[in-house]
Amino acid sequence: MWRWFHKLGSPRSFYLISNRLLPWLGAAAGLLLVVGAVWGLLFAPPDYQQGNSVRIMYIHVPASILAQSGYLLMATAGAIYLIWRIKLADIAMQCVAPLGASLTFLALVTGSIWGKPTWGTWWQWDARLTSTLVLLFLYLGVVALRSALEYRESAGRATAILALVGVVNLPIIKYSVDWWNTLHQPSSFSLTEKPAMPAEMWLPLLVMVIGFYCFFFTVWILRIRSEIIQRESGTEWVRGVAGS
Amino acid sequence: MWSSLKREIRIGVRQSSDLVNSLFFFLMVLSLFPLGVGPGADTLRLIAPGVIWVAALLSTLVAMESLFRNDFDNGAIEQMAMSERPLALVVLGKILGQWCLSGFMLVLLSPVVGVTYSLNGAEILATAVALALGTPTLALVGAIAAALTVGSRGAGVVLAILALPLYIPVLIIGTSMIAAAEAGLPVTGYALWLAALLMLALAFAPIATAAALRVSLSH
Repeated sequence: MWRWFHKLGSPRSFYLISNRLLPWLGAAAGLLLVVGAVWGLLFAPPDYQQGNSVRIMYIHVPASILAQSGYLLMATAGAIYLIWRIKLADIAMQCVAPLGASLTFLALVTGSIWGKPTWGTWWQWDARLTSTLVLLFLYLGVVALRSALEYRESAGRATAILALVGVVNLPIIKYSVDWWNTLHQPSSFSLTEKPAMPAEMWLPLLVMVIGFYCFFFTVWILRIRSEIIQRESGTEWVRGVAGS
Repeated sequence: MWSSLKREIRIGVRQSSDLVNSLFFFLMVLSLFPLGVGPGADTLRLIAPGVIWVAALLSTLVAMESLFRNDFDNGAIEQMAMSERPLALVVLGKILGQWCLSGFMLVLLSPVVGVTYSLNGAEILATAVALALGTPTLALVGAIAAALTVGSRGAGVVLAILALPLYIPVLIIGTSMIAAAEAGLPVTGYALWLAALLMLALAFAPIATAAALRVSLSH
């Protein structure tokens, strides 16, 4: 187990292992996204109050979930890098930040489009909208810090510290904003309870969420691989891969 | 820790331009708003909590930008990092020393600000208490961002991008406290919240700042 873990930590074997994993993950992402999107957009029943506008949920909810998991993943990678100095964790952290930022942006945009017909406004200074906006700012901070620092090694450690500080702050920001103003409905999904919506609605949503996760990991691994190739260019094995 | 606090105050008093600038910045931002939205007393009272806090946030950032810069450039930080005293405590002393000359000055200025925004005595008191409990948190959290960006290019703007999202809780609770005072509601709950955040920042921010400084030193 541990040996396998250590092996995965080296850029070279990650590259080779991901070579085998990537087609499956990509195929799963494509399949789940197509199935979920067609199911959700064409066959799932419309909401009795919101009508067809509820269908944007099938994009909005997965994007929001991913936006939050992405930050957690980034901070976890940062902590791993700070503690064990595994180079791969630094690469993973660097690659997940823009991805998370774009998904956060997607969640905000789809939420805004959904808000217009249902709440009657594009933007409301509501607690969850605001904390998602703050999440976007935190992502952008990580990206900005990374690009401001010139030396790769210390830039990785600096962004890792920032990501960890952000994780400590996220719940505080979340609660203070909640306290400040709330309009958004509470989450209708949780791991432990039965969903509050009918199965023909939450099943396609679940498919979309898993599809988004697969898509996220596919793109993440692709980015990590290109970063590995860039950093390790000049080593023997990269030349071997490029040559074959 | 106390020696670095005293050192910071001494340096701050002797080279006062940076800190005086941050105070002027605070007052200027505050005087721009009446010019922008009109001098009516009702309007000013309505916007006072938010405007005072946003001005305090921005002037803290201005002060933070110079917190480590000189010591970093002349190598003093490196000596602090190598000394046998824990860097986190030395840094804590530095931050508190600087707060005495910047954040604490904002507290002292709050009666002046309150009068110009036509707040009454109790409201001014709430403003002062809110600033006294909130600005040290801002300084402590800002110090992490300052330590991360010191020695990099474009440090000022990046510092603002890193620190401002982290300032939101203090902004929300601080403005709520002043607004509650204006509405005649009790404010102790808000003050305790600000104090709780301050304790949290006191406990963790110096450690993160010290770690960030060590990273910046390794550039």
